[in-house]
Amino acid sequence: MGNPNVGKSVIFSRLTGVKVIISNYPGTTVSYTQGFMKLGEETVEVIDVPGTYTLEPTCKAEEVALQMLHTGDIVINVVNATNLERNLYLTLQLLERDIPVVVALNIWDDTKHRGIHVDLDKLRELLGVEVIPTVALTGQGIKELVENIHKATLPDTPVRSRDERWATIGSIIDQVQHVTHRHHTWLEYLEDASVKPLTGGIIALTVLASAFFIVRFVGESLISYVFNPLFNHLWAPVLLRLSDFLGGTGFPHDILIGKITGGEVNFVESFGLLSSGLYVPFAMVLPYIVAFYLVLGLLEDVGYLPRLAVLMDTVMHRLGLHGYAIIPTLLGLGCNVPAILATRILESKRERFIAATLVSIAVPCAALQAMIFGLVGQRGGQYVVIVYGTLFVVWIILGIILNRVVKGFSPELLIEIPPYRLPPWRTVVKKLWMRTYGFLVEAVPIILAAVLVINILYIFGIFNAIANFTAPVVTGLLGLPKEAVTALVVGVLRKDVALGMLAPLALTAKQLVVGSVVLAMFFPCIATFVVFLRELGVVNMLKSAGVMISAALITGGILNLIL
Amino acid sequence: MSDGNQITLARMQTGQSGKVVQIQGGGGLVNRLNALGIRPSKRVTKVSSMFMRGPVTIQVDRTQVAVGLGMAKKIIVELA
Repeated sequence: MGNPNVGKSVIFSRLTGVKVIISNYPGTTVSYTQGFMKLGEETVEVIDVPGTYTLEPTCKAEEVALQMLHTGDIVINVVNATNLERNLYLTLQLLERDIPVVVALNIWDDTKHRGIHVDLDKLRELLGVEVIPTVALTGQGIKELVENIHKATLPDTPVRSRDERWATIGSIIDQVQHVTHRHHTWLEYLEDASVKPLTGGIIALTVLASAFFIVRFVGESLISYVFNPLFNHLWAPVLLRLSDFLGGTGFPHDILIGKITGGEVNFVESFGLLSSGLYVPFAMVLPYIVAFYLVLGLLEDVGYLPRLAVLMDTVMHRLGLHGYAIIPTLLGLGCNVPAILATRILESKRERFIAATLVSIAVPCAALQAMIFGLVGQRGGQYVVIVYGTLFVVWIILGIILNRVVKGFSPELLIEIPPYRLPPWRTVVKKLWMRTYGFLVEAVPIILAAVLVINILYIFGIFNAIANFTAPVVTGLLGLPKEAVTALVVGVLRKDVALGMLAPLALTAKQLVVGSVVLAMFFPCIATFVVFLRELGVVNMLKSAGVMISAALITGGILNLIL
Repeated sequence: MSDGNQITLARMQTGQSGKVVQIQGGGGLVNRLNALGIRPSKRVTKVSSMFMRGPVTIQVDRTQVAVGLGMAKKIIVELA
């Protein structure tokens, strides 16, 4: 346990070998992770919990930490050595509890160049527990920590009031810590500039614009130079031979390869399991997943996101949120599932509902965005701009409405801003790989299943029945061909596949724009739905679903009229 | 001793520093601010404030903390 952003998850990962997402901002970990480690002959369970400043929780993530405290036998209290004073408050609270503690004094390497000197022996003596200096990122001190876990002690610490605790901490700090003055480093000048209105605004625009162009550049390069050549030159000939072998038509042929047009495999439109089923996830979506998470990972690890939260705070208040809600929102541009989990860093139920609803409606995930770039982008960049512009306007307007309608008020921003850190490439690549791997094992099977289901439903004519049934809304209100409804149905499974289904329908650019927007808004994909339900409950899910469907129909209808 | 040197955090100029003397708020607010190192006798420096009633960023010890304007109005600082 420990304060937010002190490196608990890094230490956990070092102890257990379990890979967890780590970043440089408070609130990266919002639920607990279990892992196992060898302690001598024994195998023991280790639990990574969200950070908390005190044992009086102020948000869902902190509640989780407190719950887990009751299940543990020993606490490894991770303390930020560069912020000893503030961190010791939780340490004292833990010592007052009936549970043995060992302290890991993390970020120890930073104390030297920050001019902080800590008398370890004195600190051990005053706290009455073992204190091990560690540098979790490099692994320094982890071995000593493991060797000392069994020495965790339960010193006799009186239960104090808040002010008594602070007084005790004051006297501990006087005895163990000595700080020498030193000048600002260039990173610290940059830290200050990032939260000032003018320079901060310029930095934010530069960062976001570069982020966008890097994602585009990396994504498009991967598609043009790696995945397209692979599919066109290596995979297409294999599929054509297989097509001949299967006789060019028939049930297995249609399911595996789909429609062959003009003696060539059209990877986007054929919709076979081995054609589109592989091309969509690997050659259209994966490149953008890699590109997006590379950039997001860098922003997270450098420590930029909390600063963006400060700059955006005023805007976010209009939407019934505060600045820190920018973090779930940005995560949502990757995948809505972690985004909805990340709303746990927000203090009130109201904020969580608004944030989760806005993310589900107006924040398209990377997979869907990749398809928007791939399909809508073909018709011209201006159409992509219309799709994004519409979603952004919806995000703002819906936020303003929800802020008016949902009862209660939203608390103010109060966050710790971490120092900028230059992340080692290894940690950036590791996190990128974890997230990419997550896409490969969790999303790709669903994509394949979706393609299979689509083919079967087509063959049995079920889609036709649904299409006829919903035709008045889809054609009347949205101006889409009635077949487009099948895409909306599939959108509940996977939105990337669903948008892909619009490809063979020979839509006009306008119809494609309407289709993309409605698909993005009308309902979350199944994975997001489940998390939303679990995190916010049935009632909120129903309310949110009502908002989603009406907002999607209204927006789609308006677009159909004005474009 | 409410001399002219005491103002709220919200009204401090960027770059000014001073000592926190009082937090005018309930136990919950005091707890949360304390946990972030903002409590009486602590020296704070204002790093920035955002226009349009945005949050105030301050430096306390070796951390920067962003505080909503409403809270910043409840933190009384003695300039020094």
